[in-house]
Amino acid sequence: MGRRLVLTMLGLGAAGVVAGPALQRVLESGLGAVADKDPTGLSGLLPNGGGFRYYSVASSVPRKSATDYRLTIDGLVDRPATYTLDRLRALPQTRLVRDVQCVTGWRVPETPFEGVRLSTLLDAAGVRPGAKAVRFTCFDGTYSESLTLDQARRPDVLVALRMQDKPVAHSHGGPVRLYVAPMYFYKSAKWLSGITVTDSVKPGYWEELGYDVDAWVGRSNGRDDAPTG
Amino acid sequence: MTSTPGSGGPTAATMPPPADPTGRVHRFSRAERWVHRTTAWLMLLCVATAACLYLPQLAELVGRRHLVVTVHQWSGLLIPVPLLAGLVSRALRADLSRLNRFGPHDRQWLRAVRRRDRRPGSRPAGKFNAGQKLYAAWIAGAVLVMTGTGLLMWFTGLAPLVWRTGATFVHDWLALAIGIVLAGHMAMALADPEARRGMRTGSVERHWARAEHPLWGEFAERPDGRSGESRDDSPDLR
Repeated sequence: MGRRLVLTMLGLGAAGVVAGPALQRVLESGLGAVADKDPTGLSGLLPNGGGFRYYSVASSVPRKSATDYRLTIDGLVDRPATYTLDRLRALPQTRLVRDVQCVTGWRVPETPFEGVRLSTLLDAAGVRPGAKAVRFTCFDGTYSESLTLDQARRPDVLVALRMQDKPVAHSHGGPVRLYVAPMYFYKSAKWLSGITVTDSVKPGYWEELGYDVDAWVGRSNGRDDAPTG
Repeated sequence: MTSTPGSGGPTAATMPPPADPTGRVHRFSRAERWVHRTTAWLMLLCVATAACLYLPQLAELVGRRHLVVTVHQWSGLLIPVPLLAGLVSRALRADLSRLNRFGPHDRQWLRAVRRRDRRPGSRPAGKFNAGQKLYAAWIAGAVLVMTGTGLLMWFTGLAPLVWRTGATFVHDWLALAIGIVLAGHMAMALADPEARRGMRTGSVERHWARAEHPLWGEFAERPDGRSGESRDDSPDLR
């Protein structure tokens, strides 16, 4: 009898794996609707409750504000620069509204991001001939990311100052994060503090651990999600 | 009555009886206690790291995602190992077959629980009551399902994406259920110090055993508890 219960659990588990994707779609829409009206926030703790999940690879992340935030641009450029938050805000802003797709499976529909096109900053710095890639570093002290120069110049790659029509919150990588719309969200490095133009692509933090460097949504990491770019 | 030197006086009269060596009944062997303790620590580690990965507030506090993931994967994978290693113990195997076997008294026990009947004698149980048997089988199945779905998520090359999505779905929701059931397991242990002592020291008080597990045959006939047929071994409902 006990054995039968163990086997029943295994059977239910296997059935759950098979029916999971369909059940998840139902729950995501149902829980999403509940979460919108839930004043306690408890529904956000349930699985598949929708929304962003917080991932940080560092032990703790310092908080930066308009007074002490700096973004440096260096490497193979003619005019290395350091930007304050106010200088970034003074540049032309671009607003994009796309889905956010995490490589672990969650997707947040139609999320607005707003900021300066990375190509604007690269052009201002003057990329030297021979440059092939861009490396991003973060003030959490650990995370890093990379794009090829062609990817970095795309119009849907932003140095984002606003997310969901608010200033980027600390837990979302504020005050400034990268936003690479067509790629899995690990490319959109949080707490961005450094942009270095290099002569080759150097894999970032998760890429050293096996994730794809060219992380196009739906065409990498063994996933077939609908593209976001 | 004439007093004799050394034996008179009030102390002799009120002295409580010395601890009866047969007042305690052997319940769990050293191997079983080791298996329980090791499994419990692995499970706590696995649940704690799961919470740090899953709950945004804890994730923000702890960070170190790669380290936490590694600890979670290995502690989870190791959870079944102590029990498998413990299978070399005859006492553990005997208790597993007791847990596996449901008798008519177990049905009566479950009915009494449903009616919230707490009268003495209304909840007959052998060495393990029906609730403990259900818990043991449920958590064993749950751990196996979590191990399987966890491996699918860990080694992403093992299966197509649609399986991984399903595995993640099962892993997330079953984790929630396990969290609730484990909390119940620990709350019941917290409410019963003698049951905890049994798992910690290996023996329980005879009157506790008689009250909580009246059909547990061993302690009645054999104070040393080493052998003896248990009434648990009666009618088999498999």
